[in-house]
Amino acid sequence: MITILFDGIAYGMLLFVLAVGLAVTLGLMNFINLAHGAFAMAGGYITVLLMQRLGVPFLWCLLLAFVLVGLLGALLERTLYRPMYSKPQLDQVLFSIGLAFMAVAGVDYFMGSSQQNVQLPEWLSGRTEIGHGAWMLGMGHYRLFIIVLCAALTVVLQLLLSRTRFGSRLRAAVDDPRVAAGLGINVNVVFLLTFAVGSGLAGLGGALGAEILGLDPTFPLKYMIYFLIVVSVGGTSSITGPLMAALLLGIADVAGKYFIPTLGAFIVYTLMILILMWRPEGLFTRKGGK
Amino acid sequence: MKKRVFLSATALVAMSLPSLSALAQSNTFKIGLILPMTGQQASTGRQVEAGVRLYMAQNGGTVAGKKIELIVKDDTSLPDVTKRLAQELVVNDKVNVLAGFGITPSALATAPIATQSKTPEVVMAAATSSITEASPYIVRTSFTLPQVSVALADWAPKNGITKVVTLVSDYGPGIDAEKYFKERLTFNGGRVIDSLRVPLRNPDFAPFLQKVRDENPDALFVFVPSGAGAAVMKQFLERGMGKAGIRLIATGDVTDDDQLNDMGNGALGVVTSHHYSAAHPSAMNKKFVAAFGAANKGMRPNFMAVGGYDGMHVIYEALKKTKGQGGGDALLAAMKGQIFESPRGPIYIDAQTRDIVQNVYLRKVEKVDGQLYNVEFDVIKDVKDPGKSKK
Repeated sequence: MITILFDGIAYGMLLFVLAVGLAVTLGLMNFINLAHGAFAMAGGYITVLLMQRLGVPFLWCLLLAFVLVGLLGALLERTLYRPMYSKPQLDQVLFSIGLAFMAVAGVDYFMGSSQQNVQLPEWLSGRTEIGHGAWMLGMGHYRLFIIVLCAALTVVLQLLLSRTRFGSRLRAAVDDPRVAAGLGINVNVVFLLTFAVGSGLAGLGGALGAEILGLDPTFPLKYMIYFLIVVSVGGTSSITGPLMAALLLGIADVAGKYFIPTLGAFIVYTLMILILMWRPEGLFTRKGGK
Repeated sequence: MKKRVFLSATALVAMSLPSLSALAQSNTFKIGLILPMTGQQASTGRQVEAGVRLYMAQNGGTVAGKKIELIVKDDTSLPDVTKRLAQELVVNDKVNVLAGFGITPSALATAPIATQSKTPEVVMAAATSSITEASPYIVRTSFTLPQVSVALADWAPKNGITKVVTLVSDYGPGIDAEKYFKERLTFNGGRVIDSLRVPLRNPDFAPFLQKVRDENPDALFVFVPSGAGAAVMKQFLERGMGKAGIRLIATGDVTDDDQLNDMGNGALGVVTSHHYSAAHPSAMNKKFVAAFGAANKGMRPNFMAVGGYDGMHVIYEALKKTKGQGGGDALLAAMKGQIFESPRGPIYIDAQTRDIVQNVYLRKVEKVDGQLYNVEFDVIKDVKDPGKSKK
C-alpha cells in the first residue's frame, strides 16, 4: 500500500522535473512551447549515447544532459524562439509542434526507432524493504534517488525565483517587458537564461526518466499530454502548483493502475477533466495573479 | 502529310509499348513486401527485410526462368497505410505475391485485397491466431501466440509452478496469449489467480508488478511485444520479485534476440517458450546466423528474420513447383503443405489452415561466450496453432 504511494511520488516527481520548464516558459514568458518534450528526449539520448558509447558514469551523464540541453535550448531560443515571442499564440503552437515533429523524425533517422536501454549503476539498482504485510514499504533505490534529487531541485528553483535578484528581474520582465527594459533590465538575456534553464531541466528529466518512462523517438508526443496536464491542472503562476499537480497525477496514475488495472491510464484523464471543470484556472492559481 | 505519317508512327510505337512491357513483365516475378520500416515496430521491418534479402542472396535472383523483383514498402505500422500500399502494389505494380506484415491489424487490413485479387498473402511476422482465417489466400511463416503460450503452460506445472498471474499487452496477440495460456494451465491442474492487461504503450510497469508481488504467485507469465520486454525484466528485478520467490516465465518476445544482449545480467535464468532462438544448435542455423551477421554488420537474427527467410523459401518453392506459370491460385496451392527445414528446425505449412506447424522450444537465458542467448533445453514437437485445432 505504502509502496504504491512511494512509487506514485517518484513518478510524480519525475513528471514535475520534466514539466517545470514548460510551466516556466508558459507561465512566466507566456510562450506555448509544445516542443518541450523534444528537449527532454534530447537529454535522454545524450545519456544513452554517453553511457553506452563512451562509458561515462551515470551521474556525470545527468549533469551533462542538463548542461548540453540547456545550451541547445539557449541556441534555439536565440535563433528560432525569440522571433516567435511577439507572434499570436496559434503561430507559437504550430511552430513548436512542428519543431517537435522534426525532432521525432530526426532522432528516428539517426538513432533508429527502437527502445533505448539505460544500464543503471549497481548502487542505484537495489531495493530496501521496511516492515511487512500490507504496510510494507518497498523502496527501489533508483526511485528514492529521483525523489531526493527532485525535491532538492524544487527547493532551489523556488528560492531562485522568489528570493534572488534574478527571480525578481524575471518576474518584472514578464509583467511588462518595456518598463523592465527601461529600468535597465536586459530582458533578452533574462529570457534566454530562463529558457535555457527550463530546457536543461527537461533534459535532466529525460535523462532520469529514460529508465522508468522508456525512451524512443515518439517520446515528445507520448508525454506531451502529461506535461500539459501538469501545467494546466497546476496553474503556471508558481512552482508549487505544478509540483502538487505532478504529484497528484503520479499517485493517481500508479494507484489507478494498481487498483483498477482494466481502466489503466483512463483514471488520469477523468481526474483532469473533473479538476478543470471545478477550477478551470488550475488548482493552485492565486486569485488576481497573472 | 508528313505530320500524319509521324502521328501514325507514334501511335504504332505507343501501341507496341504495352505489349513490350507485358513481355518484360511475364519474365519477372514481383513480390510486394510491406513492412514497418519506421516507427515503433521498425526493428521488425529491419529484421524481416534482412532475412528476405539474405534468402535471395543465397538462392539467386532467378527462379524457374523468372527474375525475382522485390518491392519494399514502409507502412509505418498503420493498417490504413498497409491497405493503400497493398492496393497500389496489386493494381499498379501487378505483384504476384504480397508479403511481410509486421503487426496483426496490417495483415488483416490486407486480407480483403488478397481475396479479391487472388494474390497470395505471405504473413512473415504478425502472430494473432485468427489472421489466417481472414482470407483463403493467407499463408503464415511466423508463428502464433497460442502456439508458444500453450507450450509454456505445459511446462510450468511440471516444474512446480501452479499459481500464476498473467500480464499481457492489451491487444490481439496479448489477449490470445492470455486466453490460451490460462486454458492450458487450468487443464494441466494449475491456476491463474489474476489476469492483468497493460496498455500497449505503457513502459512503466511498476504498479502492475507491485500488484503481482502482493498476490504472490509461483510465477508471472508475461507477453509484451518485443521492445517492451527489457522494461518488464528490469522492473521485475528492481522490485525484488525474484527474491520474493516469484519466477518470470514469458513468450520469447520478451527476450527477443535483437535486444537480449542489452538487457544485462538481470535477464539470466528467465524461462521462455518460442519457436526460434539464434542459439538453436543445428548446422543450418549456425550457417544462417553467420551469414546473417556478415550481411548486416554483425546483427543477430531474431524470430522476425527467420519468418522473412522462410517466407521467401515458401514463395521460391511455390514458384519452382508451378514452373513459373499459373496465377495466384496455383501459387497458393503450391504453398500449402510444404515441408522443409528452416533455421528454427523442421516446419510445415498445414494444407488446411495455411498456418505454420513447428516445434516450440523451452529456453533459458544463459551466457554463451560472454553474450546472452536463449539456450534451448526442451522441445515440444510439431505444435499446431491451438486456435484452430479446436474447431
